[in-house]
Amino acid sequence: MTVSFLILATLTIAGMAAAMGLRNLVHCVLALTLGFAGLAALYLQLGAQFVGFTQILVYVGAVAILAVFAIMMTQSAGGLTQQALSSSWVTGSIVAGAVFAVLAWAICSSAASPQILPSQPEVSVNQIGDALMHRFVLPLEIIGLLLTAALIGAVVLAMQEKREKP
Amino acid sequence: MTPETIDQIFVISKHWLLGPLPATLQPIGSAVLSVAPVLVVFPLLFAITTVLERKGLGRIQNRYGPNRVGPYGFFQPIADGIKSLTKEDIVPRTADQAVHFLAPLLLVLAAFLAYAVLPIGRNMVIANLNAGVLFFFAVGSMVELAVFMAGWSSRSKYSLLGAMRAVAQMISYEVPLVLASIVVIMAAGSLSTVSIVEMQAGYTSIWPHWFIFTPWGFAGFVLFMIAATAESNRSPFDLPEGESEIIAGYYIEYSGFKFALFFLGEYLGMFATSGLAITLFLGGWSAPFSFLTWIPSYVWFFLKLLTLIAAFIWVRGTLPRLRMDQLMNLAWKFMLPMTLLNIFTAGVWHFMPVGPSRWLVCTALVVAPCILLSRGLKQGKKLQMRTYRFAE
Repeated sequence: MTVSFLILATLTIAGMAAAMGLRNLVHCVLALTLGFAGLAALYLQLGAQFVGFTQILVYVGAVAILAVFAIMMTQSAGGLTQQALSSSWVTGSIVAGAVFAVLAWAICSSAASPQILPSQPEVSVNQIGDALMHRFVLPLEIIGLLLTAALIGAVVLAMQEKREKP
Repeated sequence: MTPETIDQIFVISKHWLLGPLPATLQPIGSAVLSVAPVLVVFPLLFAITTVLERKGLGRIQNRYGPNRVGPYGFFQPIADGIKSLTKEDIVPRTADQAVHFLAPLLLVLAAFLAYAVLPIGRNMVIANLNAGVLFFFAVGSMVELAVFMAGWSSRSKYSLLGAMRAVAQMISYEVPLVLASIVVIMAAGSLSTVSIVEMQAGYTSIWPHWFIFTPWGFAGFVLFMIAATAESNRSPFDLPEGESEIIAGYYIEYSGFKFALFFLGEYLGMFATSGLAITLFLGGWSAPFSFLTWIPSYVWFFLKLLTLIAAFIWVRGTLPRLRMDQLMNLAWKFMLPMTLLNIFTAGVWHFMPVGPSRWLVCTALVVAPCILLSRGLKQGKKLQMRTYRFAE
């Protein structure tokens, strides 16, 4: 555990916690973005450049903007919303704690997490590309087809709405 | 001094400065010495560009432009800088103070981060990343967030409208921007900006092996530059800040130095995207002819950059602003299909045998869809010379 890991982990957790705790929805999204950026930095620290940059590109660049747009479209921009904690927060936190405990226990006791870490594998972007284009080409194409279908569906939905208006 | 020494003078002086430092301070010293020139040179270029742009636009519009401060008005940016530093920093009372403060900082930060992967000269790059191009686009996507933060936090109708327009435009044009650069990544087989430049090194007789001198490279370059213009919110795609409609768009509620920061961020973004275009299509820092290789590499980079800036200024002075629907139509109905077809063309080019047949097929693959698509989009629209009722 290095100092940089501690800083980044604190940043990520603080961002995520603020995303849940803040009252203003846009502030929540911005805090969430901070958490995403922290996660990306953690990936970069582990030497996973591709994942780190993709995390920034997809989550900071696209998902955050999407969330912001959704908020702006659904409510009058910038209005303060209801209180941060819902009425069932006790049950929620118990469930969350239980899930975390089970996952932590499973990971710590699993055979797949040996105490001696293997030497850091050198995974370059080239290898990822090769794997995507050779071994995993079928899943890639299926995902592409799925996304295209979703895109067309979105367009069709948007067009129908237009037609209803005289 | 030999040309090689002059070419590497900044690299050599950096090592010379680093020499006496203790080993523990070496990485930090190296980082500072790599980053500091970028932090100095590009804002300076921004200052020069503002004068050149105002003078160039002035000439295009048949007036003088700034000519009072210093020789030929070239000290104008100093006056502007002092003015914006000493102006009062006004924040609207209802504004979201923290977000309002952070937005210009994030914008400039994102703009500066992009320079980390740009090879400015031979051996002159801050970070030679394995996924350099990806880094560039990832950082570029942070700009959208900054723009949104600025527009939303100001609590003003105009700035919110401007931010909505800017984000919608940036998202739309990011797709063709990335897709247009994919052809180069395919040809180079690498995402590292340094190796992309190295792939374009070498000459056939006197002509360089730049990617722009191929059918798909040329088409890719043109598409990339159109998308880059839109991405940097410049005319004719300056709807987010259309002065006649929404005054200044997302930074309308900023004053003083924060306003200057927005300007800086915008221009830095433009330089960075131009720098990427140079890296991807125009051979990076390499000389345009084999007999000119004695001129240092960084000189070539900045010459190319200034040429692209001149083109940007020219376009800004020439073309009128697009309408919102025209903007979106261009992005989704013309740019997107063309970039996708261009990727296909690059694949065909790669697998066809070297020779004139490859040129013929690939040129046809670029030109024919372009003509057909433009014809198809033009159908059912009456296009004619604009008639002016009041001005002539």
